[in-house]
Amino acid sequence: MTDTIEEAPASIGQPKRRKEDARLLMGETEWTDNIQLPGTLHMAFLRSSIAHAKILRIDTSAAKLAEGVVHVYTGEDFPGQPGSTCVWPVTADIVMTHYPAICTDEVRYGGDVVAVVLATERYLAADALDLIDVDYEPLPAVVDMEEALKEGSPLVHESAGTNRCYTHNMPCGDYEAAKAKADVVVSRRFINQRLIPSPMETRAVVAAPQGMADEITLWTSTQIPHVLRVLLALLTGIPENQIRVVAPDVGGGFGGKLQISREEVLALILAKRLGRPVKWSETRSENMVAMHHGRDQIQDIEIAATKDGKLLGMKVDLLADMGAYLQIITPGTPLLGMFMYSGIYKMEALDFTCTGVYTNKTTTDAYRGAGRPESTFAIERIMDELAAELGMEPMELRKLNWVKHEEFPFTNVAGLTYDTGNYEAATERALELFGYDELRAEQAARRAAGDPVQLGIGISTFTEMCGLAPSRTLGALNYVAGGWEHCTLRVLPTGKVELVTGTAPHGQGHATVWSQIAADVIGVPFEDIEVIYGDTGRAPYGMDTYGSRSLAVGGQAIKVAGERLVEKARIIAAHQLEVSPEDIEFNKGVYSVKGDPEKSNTIQGIAFAAFTAHNLPPGVEPTLHGEATVDPIDFSYPHGTHLAAMEVDTETGKVTLRKYVAVDDCGIQINPMIVEGQVHGGLAQGIAQAMYEGALYDNDGNLLTASMGEYLLPSSADLPSFITDRTVTPSTTHPLGTKGIGEAGAIASTPAIINGVVDAIRHLGVNDVLMPASPQNVWRAIQAAQNGGAA
Amino acid sequence: MIPSAFDYVRAGTVDEAVAALVAGGEDAKVLGGGQSLIPVLRLRLNNPSLIVDVSTVDEMRSIVDEGSSLLIGAAVTTDAVMKDAGVQADIPLLAITAATVADRAIRHRGTFGGSCAHADPAGDLPTVAQALDAEFVIAGPGGRRTVAAKDFFLDFFTTAVGPDEVLVAVRVPKLGAGWGVNYQKFQRTAQAWAIVGVAAAVKTEGGTITGARIALTNMGATPIRASSVEAALIGGPATIEAIKAASASAADGTKPTSDTHATADFRSHLARVHTARAVAKAAGI
Repeated sequence: MTDTIEEAPASIGQPKRRKEDARLLMGETEWTDNIQLPGTLHMAFLRSSIAHAKILRIDTSAAKLAEGVVHVYTGEDFPGQPGSTCVWPVTADIVMTHYPAICTDEVRYGGDVVAVVLATERYLAADALDLIDVDYEPLPAVVDMEEALKEGSPLVHESAGTNRCYTHNMPCGDYEAAKAKADVVVSRRFINQRLIPSPMETRAVVAAPQGMADEITLWTSTQIPHVLRVLLALLTGIPENQIRVVAPDVGGGFGGKLQISREEVLALILAKRLGRPVKWSETRSENMVAMHHGRDQIQDIEIAATKDGKLLGMKVDLLADMGAYLQIITPGTPLLGMFMYSGIYKMEALDFTCTGVYTNKTTTDAYRGAGRPESTFAIERIMDELAAELGMEPMELRKLNWVKHEEFPFTNVAGLTYDTGNYEAATERALELFGYDELRAEQAARRAAGDPVQLGIGISTFTEMCGLAPSRTLGALNYVAGGWEHCTLRVLPTGKVELVTGTAPHGQGHATVWSQIAADVIGVPFEDIEVIYGDTGRAPYGMDTYGSRSLAVGGQAIKVAGERLVEKARIIAAHQLEVSPEDIEFNKGVYSVKGDPEKSNTIQGIAFAAFTAHNLPPGVEPTLHGEATVDPIDFSYPHGTHLAAMEVDTETGKVTLRKYVAVDDCGIQINPMIVEGQVHGGLAQGIAQAMYEGALYDNDGNLLTASMGEYLLPSSADLPSFITDRTVTPSTTHPLGTKGIGEAGAIASTPAIINGVVDAIRHLGVNDVLMPASPQNVWRAIQAAQNGGAA
Repeated sequence: MIPSAFDYVRAGTVDEAVAALVAGGEDAKVLGGGQSLIPVLRLRLNNPSLIVDVSTVDEMRSIVDEGSSLLIGAAVTTDAVMKDAGVQADIPLLAITAATVADRAIRHRGTFGGSCAHADPAGDLPTVAQALDAEFVIAGPGGRRTVAAKDFFLDFFTTAVGPDEVLVAVRVPKLGAGWGVNYQKFQRTAQAWAIVGVAAAVKTEGGTITGARIALTNMGATPIRASSVEAALIGGPATIEAIKAASASAADGTKPTSDTHATADFRSHLARVHTARAVAKAAGI
């Protein structure tokens, strides 16, 4: 492990103001919904209001005659056409199913599409939906995962013969042997509830024949323009070289826009078929049911330890709700956490099993953290339960078992090698900022006084993996794509720079951060760099943005592309200064002769020379650019210590987050201000899972939380001022020493909150509360404990 | 969703509004600040053929001091109500409750009268009107009439205002000296609806409670007076124990609903707890 950090370069490490913000703040944005093309037809979707039913008959005749309506289509118009696809068949015997673009004979969740209207105005398209008459024959809905797996359960897909999508087992070490040695075994069932990603901008798509040839441009609010282009070609048969995908300004995704949707597929097909622009903008009500959901796991967790608190092994048995269909990485999402169940701790054995289950609910897929929040929740919650069982201080139990900083690189029980980390440093800093001992004293005083408002302290000492991903690893996991990233850097004849990246930001600030990296590597002003992304026509190669991968992988491509550019320019500079390349020094954009610094040229000067090409060395081609497509050598492992002080009103169950300390270690920070923003946003979402959010269905499969009146999102008014800091342990798997930070807050904070709530009322006999820790859930837990027996 | 098509009339006077409603028939709706009606339209929960906008009717936009009461125009915004010096001085329960309504943007558009006429059982301001025995001035084709609060709120989203009538103003009596007030709003997020709310005005003299007005939000189809609590408090000592004992009957006779935030029995529990808290705070304990 290296702790030495070189002298800070000019731009990296500076809290540069975001290049994006002036435009965003002044309304000069191009959201997909802002795109208005002449002759556009507006799409509206008739969605099933029933979770599971046979379609007996669809009468579209009245809708077809309605004002402004140009076409009404049903599933019969697109026989066999898939609306989405799954690229991650996680096991050899996984039950794959067809996801129709429009349902033909059966609907499988509330929100499933049965017809699409195209009209000259959006309002008229919406009016026409009311005129479509559908006869349904209701079928029993499959809602509960455990019921779904029982013999004789109704089936989501009759032809599959089962609701079991797959079972994946990964035994690491010998868990039964480890358990046999244990003095203490603690088992818990945790419910990692279903969440609705809820980006500020709902989805939208415009597809239109454009320009010459047969090209169709598809603008869409997506995180994955490049992957989407490939999949659209595969699903529609339209040649890939005739599809251009553009992700304009995208207002958040959180994984919800890591998807190929039937709305995109139909827009493309219909624009091609009709030769006209086709547009759809999702309403919030549609978004709640039609964009994929996240999480939704039942986690049976068992942990075995000695009476001194030394961890021996862990058993994980998951039920993961797939929803009605498989989409892009539905079955793989819960498995993204499978290597991380041991967290930061040493143990001999981990026995992991996950069963994916079909239900008549909205499909699940990636949501901020995707698999890692669930694994982190399980290990950090069970550590607190084990500490309580052993009568140990929960932080002491963690210290006893975590990987010590001198033990890195460390291969965890599941075989992942954590390159670097310093859990001691992050924890020490967090305890100091938190005032841990004072709060423990206050907790004791409140307990002694029988205060109606009790205080609890929640701990989360977490790590996560990011940098998706080494392509060979993805191949080994049956994932049907690679994990590389691309960058092209061009110094134009005028000295301005174009940086073409394959990442696809939707709020992260890549234009700013990528400029900082390139400014230092090739020595040009930050302001002179234009970052180009999100358009397969202008940035043709990329694997897009999700899983905290953009800096972790894309950042590597920028550095390598820049270095290649610098080396090409060095050869030209040496030729023109009449020395050998070894005699040229490069510093902050200037090439000079060693020992004779008066003889020099700037990188901009060389770019012009490379453009005119009047005097280039033999074998050197004109223009000054560098390209790199980089496959990462390994993941990186951000970590940190988060502490939450939770107040619980025992009379009402109301939970208040009083103080939150987050000390994160994401290695070298390119832009600390943007890191801070990512931490804050991640915390808000992780805290929201713990305290506010949760998709609820009734027994008929109706989504009860189908509006923001029922599905609660916190606002800034509900959150305290976060106390944050960073420790810096550079990654050794990344040439810049960075790790990812996009998901850390969401991964770490959920167990911190719940541990704090339980800690506040454990003396009342409570050892778990359901998420979200709503007043009702907390009050019921207290009531149940006081009426004998834990909740 | 997206609203279906409707006609729109901006009324200049109350009479114009009534005339437009009469002409529009059953499918006409009054638009005040739009903070309830616009979401209803967007979600197509209701598809009125005519919208009569009363938000700029001058008569409905003023607050008049009538001596023993304030006459508050139905189109006065929640923000204006909470900041009005007369309301703050003479009807502080209304001012402090108005400050808990939604967020700043909504308070600047939404109106006191609109909240009462919409009659969402989770609305905060109707509870104050019920607690203080407000009167509602209603204009219709046959002229104007006044309805007491206890007869105004009829059911979920249903009031004494007929389809061809307009709520013009709300007359709220002043309580006078010696009263303390409090509004307890129990909600999951800062800008959410009340799961349960309790409005309390309490008069204390020499350690004895001599007056009590308590009304509950979201404990039934309409705002409900906790009459048995009022009766139990009056004449009793202003102590925590006595207040808690009196508040034990707060949920008696109520019919709260169950929803995703709280079941009926949890709501009843919350009503008892928060009645005690509201009364204690109003009594200065």
